[in-house]
Amino acid sequence: MSVNGLKIIDILNKIADVIDENKFYLTELDAAIGDGDHGLNMSKGFAVVKEKLKEDTGSNIGDILKKTGMALVSNVGGASGPLYGTAFLKAAVVMNGKGEMDLFDFVMVLQAALDGIKMRGKAEPDDKTMIDAIEPALNVLKDGVEKRLPVKVTLKEAVDAAYRGVEHTKEITARKGRASYLGERSIGHQDPGATSSALILDTIYQAIADGR
Amino acid sequence: MVGLAIVSHSEKLALGVIELAGQMAWDVPMAAAGGTKDGRLGTDPDKITTAINEVFSEDGVIVLFDLGSSYMNTEMSLEFLDDEIREKVIIIDAPIVEGGVAAAIQSSIGKTLSEIKEGLKDLKLGKISE
Repeated sequence: MSVNGLKIIDILNKIADVIDENKFYLTELDAAIGDGDHGLNMSKGFAVVKEKLKEDTGSNIGDILKKTGMALVSNVGGASGPLYGTAFLKAAVVMNGKGEMDLFDFVMVLQAALDGIKMRGKAEPDDKTMIDAIEPALNVLKDGVEKRLPVKVTLKEAVDAAYRGVEHTKEITARKGRASYLGERSIGHQDPGATSSALILDTIYQAIADGR
Repeated sequence: MVGLAIVSHSEKLALGVIELAGQMAWDVPMAAAGGTKDGRLGTDPDKITTAINEVFSEDGVIVLFDLGSSYMNTEMSLEFLDDEIREKVIIIDAPIVEGGVAAAIQSSIGKTLSEIKEGLKDLKLGKISE
């Protein structure tokens, strides 16, 4: 099972919509332990992504992901700009010149994205960041690919793992970003970046599961 | 003369640092990269790249930044620079007010890029993870 460039654009548009629908929720989460701009920043960035992909014919997935990354880097403003921007730019390298993407490609894409986020943010698991949602999801995906489980099942389990990661961020102290200034006061609050990462992965799953 | 780019989440803050530093070092090329394109609080790699190019000379540029993500965006902006410019740009971990004033004064008396870097060493805040 693989998806073409137009489907990727469609998924990115859906991600933009989901982020927009959740912008107040994400901003509220961020207001509790950060500077309270995550949702609005992300929705601003993804609105530009939508705009930049309007004319794209979908022939080169690498190009689609690169446009997405550049739009986020230049238009988000907060930490999520360089982090998600780098994630998409690194993913773009993996998909450069390719017109189709299968689950194996997606594993490589998510690995490159995660490595990019770690490199840019110099963060590790348990720092209470988006890594805490993405890394568990990636591990489940790798496992599913290895065991040759059906794509939809694997994606669903990966999304569940991401949401469990989000829940886990409630139990730990922030060690990166604005929230780290709060120290232990950050415990009890879920990380907005991990939440947006889980929402993005969930949207990808939904789009694939729908088959539309 | 070494140029100075001040990166801040707030445009007013970046401009304020330059105003303050300019009091004693009015002849030093300085540029502010504060806030986002649409005037929100935040930092923008495009603005940072523009600021660096604006104050660039063969003597190089020092970039000072305020909080967390401003460092990530400064790093990104360096990746967008031409190679020959990038190798003469250094990002320094220092408070933007004290660091900005000290760097500007040192540049105004003809110190080199590496001398200024050395001079700001004691102001380190641990904003750049080793």
